[in-house]
Amino acid sequence: MTSMTDKSALIRMFHVHKRYGAKQALVDATVDVAKNEFLFISGPSGAGKSTLLKLLYLAEPASEGQILVDGMNLSRIPRHRIPLLRRKFGIIFQDYKLISTRTVYENVALVLEARGKKRSLIEKKVKSMLRVVGMEDRLTAYPPSLSGGEQQRVAVARAVAGDPKIILADEPTGSLDDESAAIIFQLLNRFHSHGATVVVATHDKSLIKNASGRVLQIRQGRLEMPPDI
Amino acid sequence: MTFYTRHAIKDILENRFLNAVTIITIALSVLIISAFGLFFLNAQDMFNAWKKGVRIMVYLVPETSEAQRLDTHDRLRTIAGIRHIRFISKDDALNLMRERMRRQRSLLDNLRENPLPDAFEVTLLTDADAPEKIEFLAQRIEGLSSVAEVEYGQQWIERFAYFFNLFTLAGYGMGAMFFTATVFIAANTIRLMLYSRREEIHIMRLVGATDNFIRIPFYLEGLIQGFSGGLIGLLVLYGIFSALGSRFEQTLSVEMVTIRFFSVGICAAIVACGMATSLLGCVFSLKQFLKA
Ligand SMILES: Nc1ncnc2c1ncn2[C@@H]1O[C@H](COP(=O)(O)OP(=O)(O)OP(=O)(O)O)[C@@H](O)[C@H]1O
Ligand SMILES: [Mg+2]
Repeated sequence: MTSMTDKSALIRMFHVHKRYGAKQALVDATVDVAKNEFLFISGPSGAGKSTLLKLLYLAEPASEGQILVDGMNLSRIPRHRIPLLRRKFGIIFQDYKLISTRTVYENVALVLEARGKKRSLIEKKVKSMLRVVGMEDRLTAYPPSLSGGEQQRVAVARAVAGDPKIILADEPTGSLDDESAAIIFQLLNRFHSHGATVVVATHDKSLIKNASGRVLQIRQGRLEMPPDI
Repeated sequence: MTFYTRHAIKDILENRFLNAVTIITIALSVLIISAFGLFFLNAQDMFNAWKKGVRIMVYLVPETSEAQRLDTHDRLRTIAGIRHIRFISKDDALNLMRERMRRQRSLLDNLRENPLPDAFEVTLLTDADAPEKIEFLAQRIEGLSSVAEVEYGQQWIERFAYFFNLFTLAGYGMGAMFFTATVFIAANTIRLMLYSRREEIHIMRLVGATDNFIRIPFYLEGLIQGFSGGLIGLLVLYGIFSALGSRFEQTLSVEMVTIRFFSVGICAAIVACGMATSLLGCVFSLKQFLKA
């Protein structure tokens, strides 16, 4: 599907290592993600899936190697441009990362406010996104009062609200029942069909079975190429 | 902008106690420093009014001839800083004395010879402000020929000037101290607020918020704090001033002097200083916090 030298790659990782102190979380990872690709990163707990995603939006710096995202070289990016990099992404964090002191509405609105969008547009967009994930009647609730699945759905709404080029989803259905999980995947597919590139990290094999898209296996920090390449 | 303002106001309301402490601190600093300034302002007014009446008595040596006297008069005229020169002949002086000391008149009448010297009464220009200048003028006059002695409220002026200068110095020192303390406290408030919201700030950054986006509400908060603090301090001072000012005026009973409050411009400047102080605190804290 995608060769290593693909010029249209939106994300390129080239011999990337990540160490947390002595712990090798990622070893010599080389991977390209093409524009509008739907990629799964699959592997057991502790394999390094979250770490790989974190390197992309610079929550963590790579210890070694090069990473390019939409033409930006992450090892050279000046501090003040990091927000620009992060705005290319819509991120569903494994631990949701909702702001507990802000309402559901405010949490989703934040990504649009940070992008300097108009208030009227923000309101429309936030409400429509929350409707899609079925949280439109909880606008004024605070995240701690929501169930895990509800929080996850808000997190999904926030991730897609800014119309990102790339959606990074770290266990996006981890706390959801099958039905809710299916809704989330429908949503991801919808954004994918509208041109977004989607990277999903999950240890849930059943998810992958039912979906179409490339699957990258990761085990103890090492990417394993599927046999068909 | 309305977006940032809304957030700033929401923040202040959410952290009422912390903000109240900062606002009160700023208000107290403004109150104390302004009270000092107000006192200084009025003291200076009084000093100037008093100096307006400062006269230098220039006593001539006995047996000064008419020509010498006129010559001295001319020389006095060439000295800058003098408003008015009046000649008081020794006879005039004696008459004046007689009038003032009616009871001892007989004593004066018995004098065989007028013991008083001829003199000039020299009134100074009001802008001859500094006491050093008065002294300098006096010295110059003393150096003129046929001048025997120069007399003026030298000791008083010097003593007053000494305290005045001491006072100014203390004022600056105190001002600097309060300013530093206030910046420190304002910085600390913002730091506590930043600390209590570090998770929120971390998340905001992860979803692409710029430092400015995070910073601006805090700056606005600082400005609002500084404004409120400055205004409250000034209002309290005005309250105290209104209550005590008229009483002071009566006690002083110096007709020339009216006690006054700061002009609108200075009031605005004081509030602006309050705002600048807490803004500076914000800048320090944010710089430190966002670097991490
Ligand atoms: N901040 C950190 N400091 C030290 N070690 C870390 C840190 N973050 C992750 N690790 C370690 O790196 C390895 C990979 O972690 P990572 O979170 O990427 O795993 P994962 O594949 O996402 O697992 P899971 O499916 O449980 O989320 C783990 O062994 C983890 O303990
Ligand atoms: Mg993980």
